[in-house]
Amino acid sequence: MGSRKYNIRAYPGFIHLTVLCLLILYLPLAIVAVYSFNNSPSIVVWEGFSWRWYLDVFIGLESAKFKLAAKNSFIIAIIAATVATVIATFSATAMIRGGRFRLRTVSFGLISLPLMVPEIVTAVATLIFFNSIGFERGVLSILLAHIAFCIPFSYLPIAARMQGIEDTYEEAAQDLYATKRQAFTKILLPLMMPGIISGFLLAFIISLDDFIITNFVKGAGVETLPTAIFGAVKQGIKPNIMAISTMLLAFSIVMVTLSYLISKSDDKT
Amino acid sequence: MAGVASKGGEVRSDTYRDSRTWLLLPAWLTLVVLVLVPVSLMLVYSFLTKEFRGGVVWEFSLAAYDQFFCDRGLFGDEPCSIEWNYITIFWRSIWQAGLATLFCLIVSFPTAYFIATRPQSTRVIWLFLITIPYWVNLLIRTVSMRFMLREEGPVNNVLVWIGIIDDPLQMINTSFAVQIGLFYSYLPFMVLPIYAAVERYNFTLSEAAADLYATKYVTLRRVIIPSIQPGIIAGCILVFVPSLGAFLAPDLLGGAKNFMIGSLIEEQFKGNAGNWPFGAAASMILLSMVMIILTLYARQQSKALGAGS
Repeated sequence: MGSRKYNIRAYPGFIHLTVLCLLILYLPLAIVAVYSFNNSPSIVVWEGFSWRWYLDVFIGLESAKFKLAAKNSFIIAIIAATVATVIATFSATAMIRGGRFRLRTVSFGLISLPLMVPEIVTAVATLIFFNSIGFERGVLSILLAHIAFCIPFSYLPIAARMQGIEDTYEEAAQDLYATKRQAFTKILLPLMMPGIISGFLLAFIISLDDFIITNFVKGAGVETLPTAIFGAVKQGIKPNIMAISTMLLAFSIVMVTLSYLISKSDDKT
Repeated sequence: MAGVASKGGEVRSDTYRDSRTWLLLPAWLTLVVLVLVPVSLMLVYSFLTKEFRGGVVWEFSLAAYDQFFCDRGLFGDEPCSIEWNYITIFWRSIWQAGLATLFCLIVSFPTAYFIATRPQSTRVIWLFLITIPYWVNLLIRTVSMRFMLREEGPVNNVLVWIGIIDDPLQMINTSFAVQIGLFYSYLPFMVLPIYAAVERYNFTLSEAAADLYATKYVTLRRVIIPSIQPGIIAGCILVFVPSLGAFLAPDLLGGAKNFMIGSLIEEQFKGNAGNWPFGAAASMILLSMVMIILTLYARQQSKALGAGS
């Protein structure tokens, strides 16, 4: 390769398109974040830096509504992500360390089903289901729907991690007379922790962000952050919505960065 | 996404073979009860009679599909001639999703190629930067795009300031805004599979092409692109499929004129004007389209695997 006069891999302009790609991805978010600090009730002109819209979110006229929505969102996300992660950890153990079996492919098809069915279709189906069995729509119906579609998101990082762990560790444990249960809880589970944590965090964000399914299965008057934001945006983008959005944005970025750092730290060990 | 390709991950051992039934039971229960049964129930609902104020009457009826495909005149008593209203909405969705996929491809290919040819250490950072926006709330991303494109928004301001246009352009509530919104929503889905394909690409092939006096662009067109085609196809599917059933982008950026399948379905379940069997039928038609695309893709993949070995 050294003998050639030009770099055979490089194409001119590709770096510019990459930068353009990142600009397209980040510019709208950055501008909304900047305008959330605008000291003006108008979203058109810039009148200097201020925290007033953040204050407005916490103590303003609509604060009660947003606090309740945030509380619902976080409670649902924490429970849904926890349950989905436990289910996904069990499934991954069976799939990766349970040998080959006949229903393995079918099981994986079932686990990835929420990724293949369009979200709006899942939303309609879930609404019809709850309606036909007479299940009251509210926080509980949202929670059940979220658990189902969070499973594949926690499964994928957990299964990937489990695949990377040699089975010699458990064999050694069992040679030393550990039971299978002990080998699982004392050896496999701690080794899988990075995968489990990133699976949990991803499921948590997916639940926190969901709009379409929540919008269908929530009862009247029950709101999560996304449905509350959507309702408010329908009447026009106001600065307090931009402040909420910016906080949610910052929160998601922190969570993903955490998940990334955790999965990266285990690469080195 | 890598897990999807390798069918749930490779089998590592059979240590827990005795308890695998119990270990899989919670996932089976949850997904059968909360996804499989509801989707089957939706199929049943699409063949029921509509209740006046939402919901259904348990009486078999083809009315929902008839309404979708048949125009029976003002009084509903004429013989069936093709109803274009809903087919047009589906066709528009396919067109919008297709254009969004094309835009994504044009931007993503050079981006993915550029990232995959970086040294290992910086590659991870570029990839991380591309994936972060995917984890940001889709609603917030769509709202921020609406903020950007509105009449007195930043995009118009910059264009007027540079002097490209004299008066602000109407960008919100156009089909262009929907395409941009879909493009923005699913761009990372295109970059990642193409990146994975370029990373596996054997660059000695480019060397060989150059040795045989191929120019860079001939190499790109005749060697690189054919080799990474599976990644390109995977990316197109990952963008096209969710775009087809998208709700937020057409709703917040497109307005009433740019109605897509998602909005049509949503409308049937909101308020009293809704028609549940019709909404279920439209969902079934959307689901069938997606399943056909995924089946064709799976078949093409297994064929490619068979040819490769």
